Order: sequence, then C-alpha cells, then structure tokens
Amino acid sequence: MQKAAAQKVINYRKPSLRRTLGQNRTLILMCVPAILFFLVFAYLPMPGAYIAFTNFQYDKGIFGSPFVGLKNFQFLFASGQLGLLLKNTVLYNLAFIVLGNILQLAFAIMLNEVQSKGYKKTAQSIMFLPYFISDVLVSLLVYNLINYDYGFISHLVRSLGGEMPKVYQDANAWPYIIVLVNLWKSTGYGTVVYFAAITGMDSSMMEAAQIDGANAWQRIRHITLPTLKPTVIILFLFAIGGILKGNFGLFYNLVGNNSMLFKTTDIIETYVYRSMMNSFNFSQSSAVGLFQSVVGFFIVLGANAFVKHLDPDYALF
Amino acid sequence: MTLKTQPKSPVMHTTHIRKDKSQIVINAVTYVLVTIFCLMCILPFWMIIASSFSSEEGIRRTGFTLWPADKSTFSYELLFRSPDQMIGAYIVTICLTAVGTLIGLFLISMTGYALQRKDFPYRNGIMFFIYFTSLFSAGLVPFYLLITQTLNLRDSYLAILLPLLMSPWLIVLMKNFVKAIPHEITESGKIDGAGDFRIFYSLIMPNLKPALATIGLFLALSYWNEWYYSSLFLTTKVTYRPLQYHLYNVINKVASLKNSVAGSNVVITDLPGETLKMATAVVATGPIILLYPFVQKYFVAGLTVGAVKG
Repeated sequence: MQKAAAQKVINYRKPSLRRTLGQNRTLILMCVPAILFFLVFAYLPMPGAYIAFTNFQYDKGIFGSPFVGLKNFQFLFASGQLGLLLKNTVLYNLAFIVLGNILQLAFAIMLNEVQSKGYKKTAQSIMFLPYFISDVLVSLLVYNLINYDYGFISHLVRSLGGEMPKVYQDANAWPYIIVLVNLWKSTGYGTVVYFAAITGMDSSMMEAAQIDGANAWQRIRHITLPTLKPTVIILFLFAIGGILKGNFGLFYNLVGNNSMLFKTTDIIETYVYRSMMNSFNFSQSSAVGLFQSVVGFFIVLGANAFVKHLDPDYALF
Repeated sequence: MTLKTQPKSPVMHTTHIRKDKSQIVINAVTYVLVTIFCLMCILPFWMIIASSFSSEEGIRRTGFTLWPADKSTFSYELLFRSPDQMIGAYIVTICLTAVGTLIGLFLISMTGYALQRKDFPYRNGIMFFIYFTSLFSAGLVPFYLLITQTLNLRDSYLAILLPLLMSPWLIVLMKNFVKAIPHEITESGKIDGAGDFRIFYSLIMPNLKPALATIGLFLALSYWNEWYYSSLFLTTKVTYRPLQYHLYNVINKVASLKNSVAGSNVVITDLPGETLKMATAVVATGPIILLYPFVQKYFVAGLTVGAVKG
C-alpha cells in the first residue's frame, strides 16, 4: 500500500508528457472545439497579412501575387490617407473615452445618492436600452431626428423660425453627431459598471462620515471618488489600449458611403471595409488593417504594463 | 453581531432623517438629469412606432412626430401583403440565434470549466492561445479571404453562424462565473468516479444557470443584431437575409424596398418609403424590445462579474 503511494508521488513529480496528456485527456478534449475555433478563425488568417506587401491579384491568390515590399504603406503615408484615418480614429476615441467616462461616473454617483430603489432600478434599465439595439436601427433613429426634409429636430428648428442645415451634406456637423450618438448608446452600459463598483464599496467609511456630519457633496468628494479612482484609472488605461479600434457598426451605419462626410468621419475600420468591398483594393485595405493591428498591439502592451505597475491584480497578463 | 442587536443610537437616527442641503440639491439634479436622459433613451423608439402608424402624406407635411399626424396602417398592410421577405428573415434569424446560442453556450461553458480547473496543467497555455487573438488579429482582409476562398462559405449562413460562436471575452467571463462554484463539487464527483466531462455536464452545468442566462443572452443578442457578417458574406443570390441586414437594405436601398413589395400592385412612385422603413424597423426590432424588460437583469449581472476583472 505505502509503496504504491510512494510510487505515485514519484510519478507525480516527474510525469512524462505522455502520462500528463493521458491523465488530462478529457479536459484537453473539452478544450479542442475552442482551440480549433480560434486556430481557424484567428490564427489561420494571420499569414494572410502578407497580402499587405503584395499587389494582390484575385486569380493568383495571396502568395502568388507579386511582392511589392512596403509600397502600399508608402503610398498610404504619402497620400496623407493613413494620417487622416489615424487622426479621426484617435480623436473620436479620445472624445468617447473622456466624455463617456465623465458622464457614466456622474450618473452612477448621482444614482447612488437617490434613496428610491425603484427609481434606481428603472433608470438603470431604461438607460441600458440603447445598448440592446443594432446599429442599423440607431442609424434610423438618427435619420428620424435630423433628416433635412422630415426630421423631428429639423421641423422643430423651422417652426421656431430657424434654418436647419442640411446635415447629411455637412461634414463639420458629424463629429458632434457621432459623439452624441455614441454617448447615448454607451452611457447606460458604463453607468451600470460604475454603479456596481460603487455598491461593492465598503460602506463603513460612508456611515462613519455620515455620523461625523459630512454632507452628501463632501462624502462624494472625499470617499466615493477616491475609492473609485483605481477602477477609473484601470478602465481608462484599457480604453486607451484600444484607441486604434473604431466602432465600425456605428460609423458605417451613420455615414455609409456618403463621401461628402468622409473628411471628418472616416476611421480605420470604415476605410478598410470600403476599400475592400467597394473598390476591391485588397492590398491597401490590408496594409491599413495590418498597421492598425501591429501599432494597436504595442499600445495594448504598453497600457497593460502601466496597469501592472499600478496594481498587478488588474493586469490582463 | 452585538452591534446589530443594540438599539440605534439617537445620533445615527437623526443623521439618517436630516437631509443636508447638498443632498437635496444633488437629489434634485439627479432626478432632473437622469429623467431627461431616460426620456432621450425611450422617445426615439416611440417616434419610430408613431411614424410607422402615420400616413406618408402626414410625414411629408409635419415631419416625424411623437404622435402620428394622420393615423394609417397602410405601411403595415403593404408589408404584410407580400410577407415572404419578412417571414423568411424571421425564420433565418430565429434559427441562427437558437442554433448559435445553444452551440456557443455549450462550447464556451465546457472550455470555461476546463480552463479554471487548477489541476489542469495546460490551462494557462490554452488560455493564452485564446486570449492572444483579442490582442492581435490579421485584420479584415485575410479573414474575408479565409471565409470566401479557403472555407468557401460565401452565401452560406455558416459564414454568420460560425464566427459568432465564441469570443475570448465570453470565455473569460464564463471562467469567472465557474470559479465561484466550490471546487468541492468537482472533488466529490472525482471521488464518486465520474469522468471530467461527466462532472462538468451533470454537476457543474446545473449550478451555472445564472451564468448560462447571462452569456446566452450576450450570444443571442449578437446573433439577433447581426448585419455585419451578412453584409460581408451574403450576396444578392441569397433570398432570405437575417432581419437586421434586411432592415439595413430596406433603409439604404430603394431597390430592395421595391423588391420587397414587388407584385403587390402598388405603383412605385406611390410607395410610402418613409413609413415603410419605420414599419420594417418596428417588426424587425419589436421582439427584442418586448423581451428587454425580462432579460436586462442578466446583462447587469454579467457586466458586474465581467467588469471586476475582464
């Protein structure tokens, strides 16, 4: 008996690969579908990024097309196209992150101060609703409001004696519209996240402050906000990590192929999609995509390193 | 414990009742701002419904309003006069949503369970293999060529069903949910001689109901709202498109609008374009708005678990 147990311990210390594989056969099999999934849909396309260095011809395939080195990238840089896309993508994301977080934090803190449980719950449910619907429907809602001929706001402006600009022809209006629509869509989501963080807070400090006669504003400033600070910083850093990733669905449904608006609304994702689906320019499209992937990858690594430095528990890896 | 049984001190009591000035101001501001924002979240939907019950003439005269100018159900009559497209779209979407959610849910929870087992030596390696794909991707073009050339799935519903089955984020979320189930359950299963799959299927799954509801809803929502992969991979050869892509086409292409009512003896110039768009939107989105009040709490639960550590 004892000998067998001792034998087992020794075997456990130095298991052969075959033995470990055998012992974990079922657990490995349980992961096989997921491994296959990511292998096929995420890893298999990776060598295809080579297309960015070729002059792609459909009939010759990716690896049969002539190699052109960095020519696609040079063209995109020289024409200013990549610069514009980068500028738009980064600026929109900054606006989304900064304004979005301020709004979400404010709503979460305010909701927390409300006593009525029913109101808190109902408000959260309603604010969350826009997150539920497709971007296709969002574009229709926006059209309903600001369409020149029939839009609700257009009619309102006109009945008040004002003159409504033709927004679907006016590129300068769109940064405001897109930021507002994005805030509309994401505020409920973020508010729920922050609200959960607030409710998870240790309430003893709050009670102590209350007994000491701190008013609501003082409690928010000196307790709620400082306690939330790490969460805010970490969510902020991860958002910065994704600063090159655009919300394709939102932009493409709102703007579509309306080239009058591209100057202020074209982001990396919409350019990649259009130049592939409409102009069949696979090489340039993938050059932009690869640039985004590589630079974005290093930005995430940087953001993660920063988070790790602040609080290793929250680091992604 | 002892504190709880003591009567509340008078100080506590008064501070609880007395409201300071800033509290009153903050509450007032909250009620006003939050209520306005909530109205902004609801009214656009209401406006779509109201417009769909308006006559085209009324919209031309008064624009989109919160109450139909001239009540009319003509757009719906038109929509249901040749309902093939809509019914087809519904069937496609319901099938994709049901099949995709069930398969995805099963695979995600199975993977999530295996990857949180502390005695599984390959868990970190496999997790990294999965997680890495959310950090770096080949981009849209190679993915597009994979689906259309390598896998030859153009015009196949599989091109929509497969890519949405799982995501690194959902697997991590599931892993976090499973972690909360006591390890003793697995241990007791082992002692009884059950295999790992058996433990997962008969012992873990029944304890995962809230997690399955939450992740199932995330999956179902992504299938129901799907238009992106459809726009990439379904050409005009496909007769029945998923609902949201059908709506996308109705909104963006007059041609498809004409097709969708072709044969219903309506002169094209008389087509109630605006109200028909609205009616299509109502029919395509209705179910999800109706279900929303019943399911939203699971989303909140998912966000709370997922947000702590994504």
